[in-house]
Amino acid sequence: MIEKDLVVIGGGPAGLSACKIAAEAGMKVAVFERSFALGGQLVKQTHKFFGSESQYAKVRGMEIAKILIKDLEKTDAEIYLNATVVGLYKDNIITVYQNGRYFKVKAKAIVIATGASEKFLAFENNDLPGIYGAGAVQTLMNIHGVLPGKEVVMVGSGNIGLIVSYQLIQAGVKVKALVEAAGKIGGYGVHASKLRRLGVPILINTTVKRAIGKDKLEKIITVKLDQNWNEIAGSEEEIACDALCISVGLSPLHQLLSMAEANMLYVNELGGLVPIKTCDYETSLKGVFAAGDVTGIEEASSAMVEGKIAGLMAAKHSGFIHPEYEKLENQLNSELCVLRQGPCGEKIRCGLKKVGELA
Amino acid sequence: MRVDEHPILKFEKKNIIHFTFNGHDMIGYDGDTIAAALVDNGIMKFSKSVINNRPRGFYCAIGNCDSCNMTVNNIKDVKTCMTLLEEGMKVENELHEVIIND
Amino acid sequence: MIEKDGVATLEMVKSKFPKKEVLFRPKAIIECYQEIPCNPCETSCPFDAITIGSDINKIPQVDFDKCTGCGICAKVCPGLAIMIVMIKNGKAYFKIPYELLPLPLIGEKWQAVNRNGEILDKPCFIEGVQKNKDMTTIVTVSIEQPYLYEFVTIRSKYE
Repeated sequence: MIEKDLVVIGGGPAGLSACKIAAEAGMKVAVFERSFALGGQLVKQTHKFFGSESQYAKVRGMEIAKILIKDLEKTDAEIYLNATVVGLYKDNIITVYQNGRYFKVKAKAIVIATGASEKFLAFENNDLPGIYGAGAVQTLMNIHGVLPGKEVVMVGSGNIGLIVSYQLIQAGVKVKALVEAAGKIGGYGVHASKLRRLGVPILINTTVKRAIGKDKLEKIITVKLDQNWNEIAGSEEEIACDALCISVGLSPLHQLLSMAEANMLYVNELGGLVPIKTCDYETSLKGVFAAGDVTGIEEASSAMVEGKIAGLMAAKHSGFIHPEYEKLENQLNSELCVLRQGPCGEKIRCGLKKVGELA
Repeated sequence: MRVDEHPILKFEKKNIIHFTFNGHDMIGYDGDTIAAALVDNGIMKFSKSVINNRPRGFYCAIGNCDSCNMTVNNIKDVKTCMTLLEEGMKVENELHEVIIND
Repeated sequence: MIEKDGVATLEMVKSKFPKKEVLFRPKAIIECYQEIPCNPCETSCPFDAITIGSDINKIPQVDFDKCTGCGICAKVCPGLAIMIVMIKNGKAYFKIPYELLPLPLIGEKWQAVNRNGEILDKPCFIEGVQKNKDMTTIVTVSIEQPYLYEFVTIRSKYE
């Protein structure tokens, strides 16, 4: 069995940040990433990030991924790609499946940074080919340069829906409309303004009723909703499109934690099932820490900061004190506070209160 | 359909990869996932739902939804969205039909 | 309302502009109407003309005495929410961030667009195109002064 000081599961912004801090503290680290490349969702983000300088504000997401990966490669952390962690066991053993090989790894501490997956939307014929998650569309056009369609409708006005709509236009795809079931736009106003000046209609109080097509998407029927989320009869409209993007939120990929029977709680504001953890980011499983979207859906800027804190604490737990421990602990917690203290942070603050993390 | 020119990204010319899909010759490029190469070749139906026999495209492109599973080089249930395309790959699904884009 | 349609009202837009007399020199107009955690405009300004403060959610305030209209903030803003504006000889000059193709060429006439995405009656004139390493191009356009509070971006070449 392979033995490590720290195993990090997930090579996205939270995982990479945890690896770097832990390696700096002297731990022998191994990161396991199920995809063929590190970087998580950052690699397909072509837009400039928000936040402050320490979270790489004004740098494009894909460049942030390169920075984080380069930083990791400077350490002696071991990187396992195409490696899916298929089991987490109570004695801090993980089982890994990689290229036809199945093996076990034991660690003094583990950081779960598995991120999140896209939610789906229930409507008639929602399984038609041509209906994609917004993340899938980003992967196609920003990584592979393949267009998902010529005329797209976006569902959901959170930041992802707004940003991916803009990225579709940049790639030369027509975005015919963005529909949002709620009575207001969910994401940042600046993202919405960009779409409006590009001529994209944003239809609030509107949802998709039905998708139509023989074997593939050809058009959708939208319908207006009243204050109680009920369909308003007679308000149906048809929009012809060959691709529909669903961007209705993310849900934490909690499966490994649930498997190992960590204390979990379903919190709407955090996107789904999340682990209960201490202020040291340790779950109820001794030596198992969690950071990033798996602990509650937020932005990449928060994921990076949380990853650093988890790495710092996982190191301390295992007897490795980072040379700048006190400075980092204060600085990182303060950064998280600042990111969350504005009106945009209301949802996450509410969610964190429910898991007992905020007074 | 590939992006010609992009205002932010540089898509460099990559090596061509030859593969077959349900016996038909197709091309993709170095760095493509099997799924991306199939979408570029106009393939929309990836699999079918087990219970209702309805066609499925791929949805998540990250290995969560299982809609993109195909048989690759005789190995069943390969997630085509997570697997890089390799020269000479034999990709098959149960739908046995191919629509070639002009 | 901007939360419902993503479009700032005329009143909101005017609130970001200094008095017209000040615009004989170029000034940064920061159309940030919502508190979000973001401060690269403040940290990038070489003249300390933008203030957000330790709570990075606060809305940026421009000191128009210090602002030279250099355009660095317009280039770095992740929301593409900043433009540089100047008035000269009855025309309004705008430097706008642009991240689409095709890029305009100097000397061309392009369709001018308002915040609703509607094409204005008059076209604008492309005065300058500054490409940048970070792939945000700054396009300088001129348009008749009455469009000062309406113009926001360009759409396509005017035929």
